Amino acid sequence: MLKFILRRLFFEALPTLFVIATLTFFMVRLAPGGPFSREKQVSAEVQRRLDAYYGLDKPLVVQYGRYLANVARGDLGPSFKHATESVNSLIARAFPVSLELGLWALLFAIVTGIGAGIVASLRPNTWTDAGPMTLAMAGICLPSFVLGPLLLLLFGLTLGWVNVAGWNTAGDRILPAITLGAGYAAYLARLTRAGMRDILSQDFIRTARAKGLSPTRVILVHALKGGLLPSVSFLGPAVAGLITGTFVVESIFQIPGLGQIIVNAAFNRDYFLILGAVVFIGFVMIVMNLLVDVAQALMNPRLRLGE
Amino acid sequence: MSTPDTDELEKGTSLGHDAWLRLRKNRLAVAGGLLLVAIALLCLIGPALSPYGYEADNLQLGAAPPSLSHWMGTDYNGRDLFTRVMVGGRVSFAVGLAATAVSLLIGVLYGAIAGYLGGRTDMLLMRIVDILYALPFTIFVILLLTLFGRNFVLLFVAIGAVEWLTMARIVRGQVMGLKKQEFVEACVAIGMSRRRIILRHLVPNTLGPVVVYVTLTVPSVMLLEAFLSFLGLGVQPPMSSWGILIGDGARAMEVNPWLLVFPGLLFSLTLFALNALGDGLRDALDVRGAKD
Repeated sequence: MLKFILRRLFFEALPTLFVIATLTFFMVRLAPGGPFSREKQVSAEVQRRLDAYYGLDKPLVVQYGRYLANVARGDLGPSFKHATESVNSLIARAFPVSLELGLWALLFAIVTGIGAGIVASLRPNTWTDAGPMTLAMAGICLPSFVLGPLLLLLFGLTLGWVNVAGWNTAGDRILPAITLGAGYAAYLARLTRAGMRDILSQDFIRTARAKGLSPTRVILVHALKGGLLPSVSFLGPAVAGLITGTFVVESIFQIPGLGQIIVNAAFNRDYFLILGAVVFIGFVMIVMNLLVDVAQALMNPRLRLGE
Repeated sequence: MSTPDTDELEKGTSLGHDAWLRLRKNRLAVAGGLLLVAIALLCLIGPALSPYGYEADNLQLGAAPPSLSHWMGTDYNGRDLFTRVMVGGRVSFAVGLAATAVSLLIGVLYGAIAGYLGGRTDMLLMRIVDILYALPFTIFVILLLTLFGRNFVLLFVAIGAVEWLTMARIVRGQVMGLKKQEFVEACVAIGMSRRRIILRHLVPNTLGPVVVYVTLTVPSVMLLEAFLSFLGLGVQPPMSSWGILIGDGARAMEVNPWLLVFPGLLFSLTLFALNALGDGLRDALDVRGAKD
């Protein structure tokens, strides 16, 4: 097991992080106009000091080496627009918000998605199947930037049940979590239904029923174990996507998370910040994928043997 | 064997025809296909028939709810929403198709080469794909657009460059299976060049899964475009696209909800049509089952 983790770490996680850091570094440095051309002309002396402060007077290779060393130490540098704050502290403040939002959305997706999938699988081609599956299709076809404003319009503005924007009360979590989780819930519902149909038609389920086990026990204990496998392998990448893919939802509900920071950085052309955010999110995704791989290897020993 | 019945026999058993029959039986897929054609036609010829220009202001009218003269109402500048939605649809479809074409071109060639050559070349090429797969691509696209300016061509090149990875994996898998078959051996035996084998004999045989994946790539590309435009990073006004219209609508929904509802509805219907068609094609062509 340790060997498996180490192999993943050194042959996949670290090279990927290295590629991310390198790609972003050279993309920023080689972009036309460069990150440091300003609207306002500054004197040569000021420019020289600024360059020295950001280390831009050194050759590109030296800058690259330094940058890599800093990233390796976990230092993402200063923010270009927020002069008094480092990229690290900006991310440290915003990430917990995105993380919380992502976890609420994940909870919503798992509960409704898997629940709907199980219900749909029990009586195929009846209304308890068609109903949830139609909803799931709608969930796939309604992108978050359509669903979010619509929910806001209905529950925030018309009915007045929840606040229209902000991230203060418990109620503020509901609509963003549903908006973010709906698409994932829809996919989970379809995967769970397919997985359960597959399992429920197998012989050991018939045997379990013949033994006189209660239908609840057959479904929840015997069928669910295998029926959830496709959903579990979908959840891995989904978790990373939920935590790092909050741009639209944060922008709709005005939540001060990582997505907002990145979009604002894109508008302000704050290169250090966006560079740091890319590296950070890349890091989070890699850690997530690693954890998921390990979890799957623990559940399914065949994966440990490698290709 | 050139009797008349071989012709008939072949017609009856052709894979494509079989798939077509199965597709026609799938009501959801047929509905999706028809809906898609209807929306595409509407966007293509609709603006020409509309009495309003998509940029034509009518400041006296301002934002008006749907009426007989403006079926979907007008926006704050008095521009006819129906016309803007149809023109926006053109842009969304254009980005979707162009980016899919880019991903198709790169992905199919890359996958076919990796699969056919095999060995170390294959390992190296697929290693690159694995690493690229792990990159946070949405942010990469945002970074690209920040660095190189928000321009239309770059937008679909960037999206296309993101979307080719899965295509490459699918085609590689197909080609690995195909290259062991006798017809490839025959090609090698008559001294055909590798290039010709790949382009003329292997690539056409991967068509089934590729078609299925294309119908599923188009909606995901359109989603990415709309997502970026919604955030203000994609297509720029006064150009219209579904993402822009939905974004504008979301900002104006307190007073003028129709500005959000109509573009959102049409976009969702399009996604539904493409997904239904894609699912139907996958079942009809039996992509998962068609191993060799």
